[in-house]
Amino acid sequence: MNAPLRNSRKIFDFHGGIHPPENKTQSSGQPIRSVSLPEELVLPLNMHIGAPAKPIVNVGDQVLKGQKIADANGMVSVPVHAPTSGTVVAIGPHPIQHPSGLDAPCIIIKPDGEERWTALHPITDWHKCSPSVLITRIREAGIAGMGGAGFPTAVKMSLKEGTKIQQLLLNAVECEPYITADDRLMRERADEIVRGIKILQYLVKPAETLVGIEDNKPYAIEAMRGAAQGTDIQIVVVPTKYPSGGEKQLIQLLTGKEVPSGGIPAQIGVVCQNIGSALAMHRAIEFGEPLISRITTVTGDALSNPGNIEVLLGTPVKHLLNESGVKENRLGRVVMGGPMMGFTLHTTNIPVVKTTNCIIAASTNELPEPAPEQPCIRCGSCAEVCPADLLPQQLYWYSKTSDLERAQQYNLMDCIECGACAYVCPSNIPLVQYYRFAKGEVRTQVAEQQKADNARLRFEARQARLEKEAAEKDARRKARLAASKQKAAGVAAPSVDVKALKAASLEASSAYKAAVKELKAAQADDANNVAELSAKVDALKAKADSAKAAVRDANSGAAAPAAPSVDLKALKSASLEASSAYKAAVKAVKAAEQNGDDNVAELRAQADSLKAKADTAKAAVRDANAGTAPATVAAADPVAELKKAVGEASSAYKAAVKAAKEAEESGAEDAAALRSQADQLKATADTLKAQLRDAKDAAPAATAPAPTSAPAAAPEKDHTAERAAKMKALKTSYNMLNKMLKDSNAALERAEREGSDNLDAQRARVEDVKRQADAARNELNDLVDQAKAGIRASGSDLKTMKLEAARTESALRKKMKELDEMKKSADEERINVLYQERDLLKREADIAANALKSALEEQGLTE
Amino acid sequence: MALITVSSPHTTKKGNHTGAFMRQVIYATAPGLAALTWLFGYGTLLNVCFAVLVAVGCEALFLRARGRDVSFYLSDFSAVVTALLLALAMPPTSPWWLILIGTAFAIIIAKQLYGGLGMNPFNPAMVGYVLLLISFPVEMTRWIAPHEAPALSDSIQIFLGQTNVDAFSGATPLDTMRTWAGNAEQLSNQPILHGAFAGEGWEWVNAAFLLGGLYLMWRRIITWHIPAGVLAGLTAIALPFWLFDSVRFADPLFHLFSGAAMLGAFFIATDPVSAATSRNGRLIFGALIGVLVWVIRTFGGYPDAMAFAVLLMNLAAPTIDYYTQPRTYGHKAAHRGASK
Repeated sequence: MNAPLRNSRKIFDFHGGIHPPENKTQSSGQPIRSVSLPEELVLPLNMHIGAPAKPIVNVGDQVLKGQKIADANGMVSVPVHAPTSGTVVAIGPHPIQHPSGLDAPCIIIKPDGEERWTALHPITDWHKCSPSVLITRIREAGIAGMGGAGFPTAVKMSLKEGTKIQQLLLNAVECEPYITADDRLMRERADEIVRGIKILQYLVKPAETLVGIEDNKPYAIEAMRGAAQGTDIQIVVVPTKYPSGGEKQLIQLLTGKEVPSGGIPAQIGVVCQNIGSALAMHRAIEFGEPLISRITTVTGDALSNPGNIEVLLGTPVKHLLNESGVKENRLGRVVMGGPMMGFTLHTTNIPVVKTTNCIIAASTNELPEPAPEQPCIRCGSCAEVCPADLLPQQLYWYSKTSDLERAQQYNLMDCIECGACAYVCPSNIPLVQYYRFAKGEVRTQVAEQQKADNARLRFEARQARLEKEAAEKDARRKARLAASKQKAAGVAAPSVDVKALKAASLEASSAYKAAVKELKAAQADDANNVAELSAKVDALKAKADSAKAAVRDANSGAAAPAAPSVDLKALKSASLEASSAYKAAVKAVKAAEQNGDDNVAELRAQADSLKAKADTAKAAVRDANAGTAPATVAAADPVAELKKAVGEASSAYKAAVKAAKEAEESGAEDAAALRSQADQLKATADTLKAQLRDAKDAAPAATAPAPTSAPAAAPEKDHTAERAAKMKALKTSYNMLNKMLKDSNAALERAEREGSDNLDAQRARVEDVKRQADAARNELNDLVDQAKAGIRASGSDLKTMKLEAARTESALRKKMKELDEMKKSADEERINVLYQERDLLKREADIAANALKSALEEQGLTE
Repeated sequence: MALITVSSPHTTKKGNHTGAFMRQVIYATAPGLAALTWLFGYGTLLNVCFAVLVAVGCEALFLRARGRDVSFYLSDFSAVVTALLLALAMPPTSPWWLILIGTAFAIIIAKQLYGGLGMNPFNPAMVGYVLLLISFPVEMTRWIAPHEAPALSDSIQIFLGQTNVDAFSGATPLDTMRTWAGNAEQLSNQPILHGAFAGEGWEWVNAAFLLGGLYLMWRRIITWHIPAGVLAGLTAIALPFWLFDSVRFADPLFHLFSGAAMLGAFFIATDPVSAATSRNGRLIFGALIGVLVWVIRTFGGYPDAMAFAVLLMNLAAPTIDYYTQPRTYGHKAAHRGASK
């Protein structure tokens, strides 16, 4: 047996390694056998590394052997196939191959015992297919690394464009004690393995192909050498040492190259595959069979019949143990995987999956309870055996104290968790467990950091965008300002109010003229109502004069449409005058009727037109009132005010319509004017209605606090809800106030531009609105602080706190930058302001950071 | 029956392995102890027995005070090893109280107060030794002339402090060398300096400890790095000076086989808890101990220097480890210091 163990090529060595008792003879003697169909097959959707597959069958479906029952979900994922024909009886959580005994989604199939195959599609002339076709087939066949890790094989085979592969390595080392699955596979199916290797060669086109086998498998070496005869496949014997079968260690052994930390073998021109995977590829391509079974070593001294079994995926471990003659009373520990890296099962209900290369059913005599952990004496035995050349004693120290930064500095993440250190530790310290814990912590931390970074970047991008928008808006506003300044100051844009006033004035003066005419006629006729008529004329004159004055006022600029309060007074007096003129006219009509005058009809028409005018004037007043109402009283009760305004506007509109109709009927000359007025009033009413609708929408929020705050002993949850409602209402009113402030500012600007004489009043108004807005904002801020404090106290919303911390931090940074820039300009006042602002922001940032920290600490996640 | 669920690896090993390590160390001191007894009488044996009793007593007391499982922690035998090494380093003429002070200090102050096994930054035995050396220099430097071992009854009398020790005491080769360095005539007239291949008698003591040390290496209890470092360091500095002036400076062989050289190199400097742990670090750690031993022996105020050298290097061990991390698989270079 010595001759075939000799190598023609140099074998390198790796640091460390151990020689645990091999325990392989218990299972390596018997040929691979099969077992009966179990009652149920449990197929986890995640038998591989990567995203779980997506089920494509439903409960109750009949499935055929080899039929795809779950599809790959994403790039790093593989499908799942039915290992036999039968019925899907359940899709749901079931205990799976997880060290913590977690449940995960599985498809459970009840076999019908008929083993009916689905249609298979072999590719016999695969060397004529493009590699991508074959890789797709490999992926579709559900092949994932069979050596133990379960990385999707297709992903490993999809090399980056231009990657040159020097060595294709086939891992047949099987260095873990107890396991003989690959050994038996090579002894019995070497030809098929070699055919699989040929497909691999076709796919990666390596300069050389090496099969690494440990020298404790002489029969397998012989069989493989025989099968590889006449090919360019080299069988390389490596000395027995654990963990020679680790991918990185095998690469080092056979090529002397090291996979860069954090990198993949392809980077150094190496592709490494397990021989089981090679066989599965052969079956998938040349027979079209998906991966539905594997060879599993079932061994341990609690079994009377250990050996290797070709087992359908999904077969419960319990079934295998029963078929291997388990002595239940001796069973102390069931390990899935090898003794060095495998994990113990909580229950034997767990199914065999694509990565299950071994099941050890051991008594407590064979694998006793671990001895109690003793203090580390830094003997360094662990460092002597570490194949990654780490300092496990340091890693242990830093992992135990959660000093993750130091642990990473000592290359914690390069640990392959082979367990050699724990195996030799004289103090029985479960070192690998410590490293797994620390690695998990590091991964969590990295993910958290990534999330926080992303949040910060998002926030900063948003800030930049908002600033840009604000700057653009500012530029637009300035451009508008410049444009309007260029317009002649005198050519004020005609506005609804001014127009109305003009019309009223014209009408008033025409009424006056008519009245004068009438008076003259009456005087000529020597009618007895001359005195009355002259009184009327006087009244009408006064009215016309005041209407003219109103128009003048309006024209002089103070009466901009957005700031109607200015001409409100004028409008009111015009309205009063108009109505008194109307009353006088009515009186005149009555008198004429009594006197049986012949000008009664004329007078009546006049009265009617005066009435319409009076109505118009009233409407204008109302209009003006409505325009100012939201501005002045919105904060108090915008809805009620708006309702009133709408009511007034619509009644004004109705009156105007009526007046217009009457005027039309009486053929009054100003009917058209009245019509247009009515239209305008309608538009006003509509606008107001729309405003009312908006206000009503906002109102529930605004009114919410009152009822919800009533029950004083309401629980904390209600309190939060109440606060949220209040915050919403406040936000609405703040926004409204802000808008008002903007509008008032615009009015003030316009007024300043046009040189109005009531600038002080405008300014006062702006100040007032500003005060209100500030008050609202302060209240809102208080509420927000309260809410934040609440969140802090409950520690529930870490994300919000993180965002807040990120926001405050970035605001602070920006402010400091601004301050630095400003320092150059030596504008002392501005710099002082900036300093103050910076201090405020700093405090805010500190508060946010502290809150976040304490919340994290509370949750035990120290950053 | 509930299945056992534990983390990998799943192994068949049983029992207390730290204890097994320590027991191997104890066995390995047998040749040295025998040589000391043969040359200097039963004093060392009495010291060892008493020191072990004191150490175990102190350890038990403090484990109990610290609320630890006394029998479990005593079974690691670390207290016995500390006591043994301290007693082996002490003169065979030591009275009981000297042993009591040294051992109690080593166990209580240098070990338990730091947190027990695995937590002590300094070699406890050497802390106890240095305390005694500084406090009781006369008692600590009073050796017996080789082959003039007192009878058992005398040894017991000495141990109980009831006999004048001066009747038995004699200079060691290192004392003699210190006294007559530079005086060629005197040096050649001192028989104690001219044993078979090094200092009279002491050469055999050191040879015996060397034998025990080789046993430890063979049993893989210690690695070769620290002993090789110590011996190489000592040789490397002694050789050129001896070649330069063989009258003033002793030859390397003399240094290697005098005093506590071999005991220190194989049993004391190799205390894993307080030594450097990386491979290169251990070499450097050992070599610097060797150099310090020669420097203190040659220029210092004390005839031997192993305890001082080991304690000084214990101080430096974390720093040495920090700068001698091995290159991890897949990394271009080893980490050096704080660089990431």
